[in-house]
Amino acid sequence: MPLDQDLEIKKFKVIGTRVRRPDGVDKVTGRARYGADASAPGQLVALVLRSPHPHAIIKKIDISKAEKLLGVKAIITSADLPDLTGGDRGMLDILENCMARKKVLYDGHAVAAVAAIDATTARAALKLIKVDYQVLPHVTDVDEALKPTSPVIHDHIFTDGIEPKPTKASNFNKQAEYGHGDLDAGFAEADVIIEKSYKTEQTHQGYIEPHSCLASVSPDGAAEMWVCTQGHFVYRNQCAALLGLDANKLRVTASEIGGGFGGKTHIWTEPLALALSRKANRPVKLTMSREEVFRCTGPTSSTSIDVKIGAKKDGTITAAFAELRYHGGAFPANWAEFGAMTTWACYDIKNCKSLSKDAVVNRPKTAAYRAPSAPQSCFAVENTIDEVAKAIGMDPIELRIKNAAKEGTKSSYGPVYGPIGIGATLQAAKNHPHMKAPLAKDTGRGMACGFWFNFGGQTCVDLNVTPDGTVTVAVGTMDVGGSRASLALAAAEELGVPYEAVRVIVADTSSLGHNDMTDGSRGTFSSSMAAVFAARNAITVLRERAAKTWEIPVGDVEWVDGEAKAKGASRGNLAPLTLKDLAKGAGGTGGPIAGHSEIVADNAGVSFGTHICDAHVDKETGKTTITRYTVIQDAGKAMHPSYVEGQYQGGAAQGIGWALNEEYVYGTNGRLQNAAFLDYRIPVCSDLPMIDTQILEIPNPHHPYGVRGVGETPIVPPLAAVSIAVTNATGVRMHHIPMSPPRILKAIKSARM
Amino acid sequence: MRYETPSTAKEAVSLMAKEKGIAYILAGGTDLLVKMKAGMIEPDLVVDIKRVKGMNEIKKGVGGYSIGAAVPCVAILENAAFVKAWPGVADAANLIGSRQVQGRSTMTGNMCNASPAADSVPALVAAGAKVSIAGPKGNRKLAVEDVAAGVGRNNLKKGEIITSIDLPKKAAKSGDAYLRFTPRTEMDIAVVSVGVNLTIDGKGVITKARVALGAVSTTVLLVKEAANAIIGTKLDDAAKANLAAICSAACKPIDDKRGTIEFRTDVAGVLARRAAETAYARAGGK
Repeated sequence: MPLDQDLEIKKFKVIGTRVRRPDGVDKVTGRARYGADASAPGQLVALVLRSPHPHAIIKKIDISKAEKLLGVKAIITSADLPDLTGGDRGMLDILENCMARKKVLYDGHAVAAVAAIDATTARAALKLIKVDYQVLPHVTDVDEALKPTSPVIHDHIFTDGIEPKPTKASNFNKQAEYGHGDLDAGFAEADVIIEKSYKTEQTHQGYIEPHSCLASVSPDGAAEMWVCTQGHFVYRNQCAALLGLDANKLRVTASEIGGGFGGKTHIWTEPLALALSRKANRPVKLTMSREEVFRCTGPTSSTSIDVKIGAKKDGTITAAFAELRYHGGAFPANWAEFGAMTTWACYDIKNCKSLSKDAVVNRPKTAAYRAPSAPQSCFAVENTIDEVAKAIGMDPIELRIKNAAKEGTKSSYGPVYGPIGIGATLQAAKNHPHMKAPLAKDTGRGMACGFWFNFGGQTCVDLNVTPDGTVTVAVGTMDVGGSRASLALAAAEELGVPYEAVRVIVADTSSLGHNDMTDGSRGTFSSSMAAVFAARNAITVLRERAAKTWEIPVGDVEWVDGEAKAKGASRGNLAPLTLKDLAKGAGGTGGPIAGHSEIVADNAGVSFGTHICDAHVDKETGKTTITRYTVIQDAGKAMHPSYVEGQYQGGAAQGIGWALNEEYVYGTNGRLQNAAFLDYRIPVCSDLPMIDTQILEIPNPHHPYGVRGVGETPIVPPLAAVSIAVTNATGVRMHHIPMSPPRILKAIKSARM
Repeated sequence: MRYETPSTAKEAVSLMAKEKGIAYILAGGTDLLVKMKAGMIEPDLVVDIKRVKGMNEIKKGVGGYSIGAAVPCVAILENAAFVKAWPGVADAANLIGSRQVQGRSTMTGNMCNASPAADSVPALVAAGAKVSIAGPKGNRKLAVEDVAAGVGRNNLKKGEIITSIDLPKKAAKSGDAYLRFTPRTEMDIAVVSVGVNLTIDGKGVITKARVALGAVSTTVLLVKEAANAIIGTKLDDAAKANLAAICSAACKPIDDKRGTIEFRTDVAGVLARRAAETAYARAGGK
């Protein structure tokens, strides 16, 4: 199936309607099955022993006493997980994160796991395991980690991207550079230059459902796993590789998901559950506690960013530079590089550059968090842009409009943009009633724009017509944000049947070819594209069956509004054959009717959004209340507008939480101090106003309906928009996220002195 | 682990006194069960007092209100006469956890848990409340400010249980208030908290006052100097500034994940001033 198919602008019948979601009733009645709802006969309970030290050599693990405890069925350490990666350091890092090997690298790093007949026995067994540690100096701050004096975490990391490559190991794993033009010339042209430094603290995705899996390995090597994940195919592939299983014999079923936001794109305890099941020869269930979710899964990077922008008095940005320092937790990654790619993406700047420095620290492995790395970069850039506007006396929105990227702009990270929505969202923000609404006392307004790449990737869809003429659709790309409803809309639109006639499921890994995980806002974009193609392939079959029934050439049969119709005057006596008719007769015309689609959905279509925020600050306590918030974003085409609005609101809510109170607090001992929702403060409902949304539709020419991914961009601007609003409320620029009350009060007091 | 449900306080005391292992009282369980689930404590005996006669009742006697030890916060909030008499104490009950938690949690349990940030304590200390204690050697009374011995420790002796919280008779032209600072609107824990209870005369001059600070020391502080700063005044700006300064000075806080020393010290004064303003208005002061 060709994928360069151009967008067909047409009048939709069901696309764009607000139908009821297929998973909704079960979710609101508690019937939906999440990760921890899976169970199997004879299952054991698994618990993980975790390091209390941020950095230490494991000298010895003594499991002899624990093994003897009645009811303990299996105990594993890294000795039970031999390195089968064949020199693939990336895969070995994944294995080492699941279970520490020679060293523990962060507070909470797994060192052993127990499977026992019940939780009480498993807890008792954990207490009987003796680990002898040699504690090493640790580092948790990204700037400290990059200093030559820092303790070195891995002796095999030599900075990539620096010529010549260093010969001394360090925590600085990668440097990269993006941009174009001549910075010196650009800054020389500037009337005003603003240079500032910013910091953001580490945050967790804060999904309500903890990680949970049920693993069952049979003695013949066949295995099953039921797990909460954003990508069961990826979990299948990685677990099979790490445990020496054949991928075809490990059947993974994804549960409903209680939030992931990137955190469930990595395997964490799943190989441990499989290894325990293999050793115990019993099904093993492993469910993380909330504390484990915070300490041992994948939060986002904490960052340190410097930004320098030069502009002319007329608002033209002549040069822009940023240096971004992010960390991947205890394992090397390229989060700073991602940040650097997004830095100047909203703007058309002649001379721009971003330099990224990625580091490792003694914190849990960083994972993706909704548009990973972009919110922090956006916070630093948009605050500096805001200062430039103030310095030259220009309305901040006019400054952004003047410098906004447009179709044909060469982006700072390389590609030349097609049709994009940054200018349109800025104009919509300028004209929005929110922008003109009066402000109460001690309240400030901020606005910011943000960018995300979006991704397409591999998706498989099987569409089957049932004998009663309804339709089932199976997809392998996990539904994390309502994609089942969007796929049903797409299939219904193509087939010309009602939405209710199509039922979509997420199939297990043995039912379909490989599907990428749901990340990069790809779920609805890629799955709906595959669903359209699968439906079109089914229509071809339906036309062939009608042709066979009528004994006419297939070229004389067309599919219109859910029916096969014979073309031409001479066929006028042939009554149309409906989907129901053809389904009923399928047994006599060639068997079951189906359509399939296996695609790589390229050209996801970049996404832009502009946010407006009003924040009230109690200047005596530093407490911020968000009083009004508006999200304006380009969706390409909103297949199900309620879901799109939900994504806009959800991203904004998470971004507001990040901006105001969410942060990992590490003690000087390198231990996480707030591994609980009481002290890791995500906003509750009453902390937020109703978040207004405005959907713009600038079609993506590379999707049959014009769809762009929408899930991630909404978390990009809030850190910036909220901080600029707080700055305008207090008169003090906030350079450190989150803007918790102690930080705001201290900043206000410092400014008074 | 044994679980017992005595029907009298005497029986409960006897169970607690005889237990050789670790024994805990279960009222709402909103602290106890959470700690047990987290593996922080593993009791040998849990004595559930919800079936003890009288412990589920709010009584109004000639002396004042008496709140049974097993009365959940919601029952306090649903008692309109109590809320009218002690709006500050009610505000405190209304801030513990969520509404669901308030359906189980008790002010007595909150007090015995001995967190410096316990919401019920500053308001009760300001109100001048005492607790009635039943024990193997008889009954006694203790001022609320003397219940906590330190972080997570209380002054109850082996076998002793609190049976009720007793508030004094509400004075004419008096008002109380409780304010706490949390970064979120709800579902949060006090970073600083202040309870104020005051009485005024016909001219609006404060004749009596009690001021208590929470979350700024190992236990809730009753700050007499702060009360003295507003007694004899009409809560004018100077008195309020004085009150704020004294409350800030009385703080002995720590730096932790919830706030800094500097922040707690500053905000204690701000909240004391605001709580005093509310209490003054509730007393009928203008």
